Amino acid sequence: MSRTKGDEEDYWHSSKFKAFAFDDDDDDELSQLKESKRAVNSLRAIVDEDDDGETVNWSGEPVGSISWSIKETASNARASAETRNFAPHKSRTEASSSVFPKPGSSHSLSSLFRGWSQTESRQSLSDALLDTNSKIFAPELRRPRSENQDYSGDWSVEETIRRMQRGKICPLERFRTLKEKLHLLDEAVKLHDGNVITAVLIFLKKTLNSDVLFKELELRQVALRHFIHFLREMSEQQLLMDLLRYLERTEELALCKYREHLNIAGADERRDFLKSKCLSLPFSPEDSAHVQDHYTLLERQIIVEANDKHLEATGQEQMFRKHPRKASLLFMPLVTTLFYACIYHYTEGEGTFSSPTNLRKTFKIPEKLYILTALAARAKLRAWHDVDALFTTKNWLGYTKKRAPVGFHRVVEILHKNNAPVEILQEYVRLVEDTESRISLGTKYKCHDVVIDTYRDLKDRQQLMVYRCKVERSSPEEIKIDNILSNMQIRWKN
Amino acid sequence: MTSHMTSSVRNSKMATHLSCGRVNLNILREAMRMELREFLDKCAGSKAIVWDEYLTGPFGLIAQYSLLKEHEVEKMFTLKSGPLPSSDVKNIIFFVRPRLELMDIIADNIQREERGRFPQRDFYILFVPRRSILCEQRLKDLGVLGSFMHRDEYRLNLIPFDGDLLSMESENAFKECYLENDQTSLYQAAKGLTTLQSLYGTIPQICGKGECARHVANMMIRMKRELGGSQNQITPVFDTLLLLDRNVDLLTPLATQLTYEGLIDEVYGIQNSHVKLPPEKFAPKKQGEGGKDLPTEPKKLLLNSAEELYAEIRDKNFNAVGSVLSKKAKIISAAFEGRHNAKTVGEIKQFVSQLPHMQAEKASLANHTSIAELIKEITTSEAFFDNLTVEQEFMSGFDTDKVNPYIEDCIAKKDPIIKILRLVCLQSVCNTGLKQKVLDYYKREILQTYGYEHILTLHNLEKAGLLKLQASSRNSYPTIRKTLRLWMDDVNEQNPNDISYVYSGYAPLSVRLAQILVRPGWRSIEEVLKILPGPQFEERQSLPPGLLKKRQQGENKVILVFFLGGVTFAEIAALRFLSQMEDGGTEYIIATTKLISGTTWIKSLMEKLEPPPF
Repeated sequence: MSRTKGDEEDYWHSSKFKAFAFDDDDDDELSQLKESKRAVNSLRAIVDEDDDGETVNWSGEPVGSISWSIKETASNARASAETRNFAPHKSRTEASSSVFPKPGSSHSLSSLFRGWSQTESRQSLSDALLDTNSKIFAPELRRPRSENQDYSGDWSVEETIRRMQRGKICPLERFRTLKEKLHLLDEAVKLHDGNVITAVLIFLKKTLNSDVLFKELELRQVALRHFIHFLREMSEQQLLMDLLRYLERTEELALCKYREHLNIAGADERRDFLKSKCLSLPFSPEDSAHVQDHYTLLERQIIVEANDKHLEATGQEQMFRKHPRKASLLFMPLVTTLFYACIYHYTEGEGTFSSPTNLRKTFKIPEKLYILTALAARAKLRAWHDVDALFTTKNWLGYTKKRAPVGFHRVVEILHKNNAPVEILQEYVRLVEDTESRISLGTKYKCHDVVIDTYRDLKDRQQLMVYRCKVERSSPEEIKIDNILSNMQIRWKN
Repeated sequence: MTSHMTSSVRNSKMATHLSCGRVNLNILREAMRMELREFLDKCAGSKAIVWDEYLTGPFGLIAQYSLLKEHEVEKMFTLKSGPLPSSDVKNIIFFVRPRLELMDIIADNIQREERGRFPQRDFYILFVPRRSILCEQRLKDLGVLGSFMHRDEYRLNLIPFDGDLLSMESENAFKECYLENDQTSLYQAAKGLTTLQSLYGTIPQICGKGECARHVANMMIRMKRELGGSQNQITPVFDTLLLLDRNVDLLTPLATQLTYEGLIDEVYGIQNSHVKLPPEKFAPKKQGEGGKDLPTEPKKLLLNSAEELYAEIRDKNFNAVGSVLSKKAKIISAAFEGRHNAKTVGEIKQFVSQLPHMQAEKASLANHTSIAELIKEITTSEAFFDNLTVEQEFMSGFDTDKVNPYIEDCIAKKDPIIKILRLVCLQSVCNTGLKQKVLDYYKREILQTYGYEHILTLHNLEKAGLLKLQASSRNSYPTIRKTLRLWMDDVNEQNPNDISYVYSGYAPLSVRLAQILVRPGWRSIEEVLKILPGPQFEERQSLPPGLLKKRQQGENKVILVFFLGGVTFAEIAALRFLSQMEDGGTEYIIATTKLISGTTWIKSLMEKLEPPPF
């Protein structure tokens, strides 16, 4: 953990939160786990057997589970199709089906209940009842035996809806008047069965003028919601847009149109769609700005991509030879685009579309985000000079000063992630203001000089002596510590 | 419970983990199996099943392949476009969810098959959990509806996951209910509850909080009325049904679960009681193999209370798991040492007879030690600690009203977007909405870093109420937190005395509501209930005389808590903790539309974006 103990303690003291306290019993916990691991391992020597009680093949499916069997029987099918040898397989299944008595097809929930009474002594009242009329016990689960018989009888509206609820396809065409149709809808809504509501809505959509339909739906919110869901599901974009316009749900309308861009695969087409169809949509002011940015970004990506692809192909530019591009820039998020620009176009002036400075200005990228991205890119290329420049500011007297809006501890972290050498890391660890975190970072990344200097400045002789044990014997660091410890000028605080 | 129920289940092969609880959920499972058999027998002769892949997991909890085989299922395939694999069967059955895109695939399959050289097959379709007119219409439009001998539905509304846990596994229930206002899944919930009542008796009392809860209660009562005269003669097993809307408590799923099972779900994702783990830790260490055959496929494990050790540790705070494992290790070691003491033939025989059980225990211990090690690596990481720190700050009401530097950092590091969204939403919920400036700042950073198309996702989150603008300057979360005691400073992870142990300090709001309902009753928190969204209600269903339960002294009440829109494993753990409290007097059975974690939940609210090119 790089979070220093001090930090943590401050934190716990300042705000009295109960930690998910690993620290208190950390070692204990770990050793307990190790202990049980050891026990388990030692037991392996004693008993030599298969690991699991349950048979599990290595893809992890328990043998006999459904997904396992799909694979099994499917591969069987392929094998047997090749060899045309069905016989052994078939006889096996026949055999197995004779082994297991096949339950009669009269089995139903109620027969399940009846089955019990046979094995039970019939003493309780409920058992006695079971035998006389088993249906009582599961009345809700009764199911009509006659299925799929679609009579085109003269069902009333109510009957029609009930029949539909039972999963039958009923002809609705005989309901011709608007009044009848709306009655159907209202009855369906009363049942709350989305299935039936949707079926009626399909019928209404087919037979009613959309203006009339919209007007009636507006008065029936539940049906309206189902209708919107249905249109989405069926990707009936045009009708959905018309409906949203009618309802004056402008923001929803805008999002709905904007969503379409995801289905456009080509970059040029998508750009054109965003420009011609989306920019003028009635978004909220904030979203409107985001959509504008979306369009601008894609427009630029297309230009830069074409340009860089060409440069890479001709092999003229050294950058592309040394660091070939891994993927197309198209459709990448803004920050990724900025990262790309910081890799390939870092030195370009503000005038080009591909320059980081230009991106930063156009999209108003916050300073922190910009610095972190540029830092990551330049560190990746090991361009330490650029890294240095990122944090150097000149004041009006011409003195240079180091400043990091993100805090130098973050800088160090990113540099370390990009395998910066100790000399470079050291420079930035030294700039970490808080001495505690400076020491902990220095210790973590082995920037001995910084740690030693910091202890010296703190006049902390004891800690310096402790640290002496951590560095290598007769290394320059140890010599440095010894020199400091023997310096009579320093007034140690301990 | 009446005696014939418990004893009769002994007659068939049962999933033991379902019958260990107060309510024997095996009855439900058995009913579902029976219905499946019944359907299979309608298609006489050899058959092949073509599976909608999503269904194989939930079906696996109801039946194994052996059951299907007994009913002449010879082949099984996954549903996909193109020709069906060749097979020598008489019937082809499609097991599918009622979804339009699946109908297109089925039509393609059938058309190719009918054009082909094979002798004619009989086609069947089984919709799970119910038939859809829309889908049948689509099949008709595609010209294949007439090809089916028979169409049916398999009402797998509530799937028993464990002795006290039922789920509909309806992946989009939350989105449909709270974003699209589509109530289809609520209708399924009411249907499922109606089935439960037919098997376990009419539930005398129905309480609830939230719009969806009200709606489900209404539908249930209406469905019951429609069944008309025939009264259910089963003595009620459940005393109360508590229906809770997920949007009454949007906070809890956003926080990182800290129970053992919760963490497994957070880190690796549990699906249909199975988890896939990195294989390295599970490689068999046998001599002479020299590590050459390291498995590369993930190790898949079944997790439920049938495993004794798992049942013991699943609901513990992760910090309390290590000590249990080490105790267990000692016990098992000692048991194996016992072989040295076995001198006589009788003693040896006895030792040997115990071996299988001991070996199963050892395997179980080995697995959970490995999992605990994997989880430990995560929970001891700096990233985990920092994340948890911020979560706990928010939940205890600290600095929720300004841009959080840690979240900013995570965005700059380009951490997974779901992690960012979870944190921002958590902050918003704990602050009853964010100030305009703060909200705009987060949105901008997210869009610039992860892509502008996420405008759509952000809108979804706003619509669901997870992300919002602070309407008034008053933040009502502190009132809720204090009244319901959501934040507990002194939490005991090892030997908990309060449900807050499941989040190491935060007591899940939803479970507090359930707890307070029992004692001292919701009247004591009327003010808070007014702040939380949706109506609260209580209904009574009349029972035939003579069925009113005469509770034995010391017998616990049984409450069925139904979470509409999803429930997390940590919440389940908290309810189990309450069930086990000695003076609790109440046992909880849990039902839900879907088992969720913050990650799967947020994911279900994201717009389906095409995968990035790299």
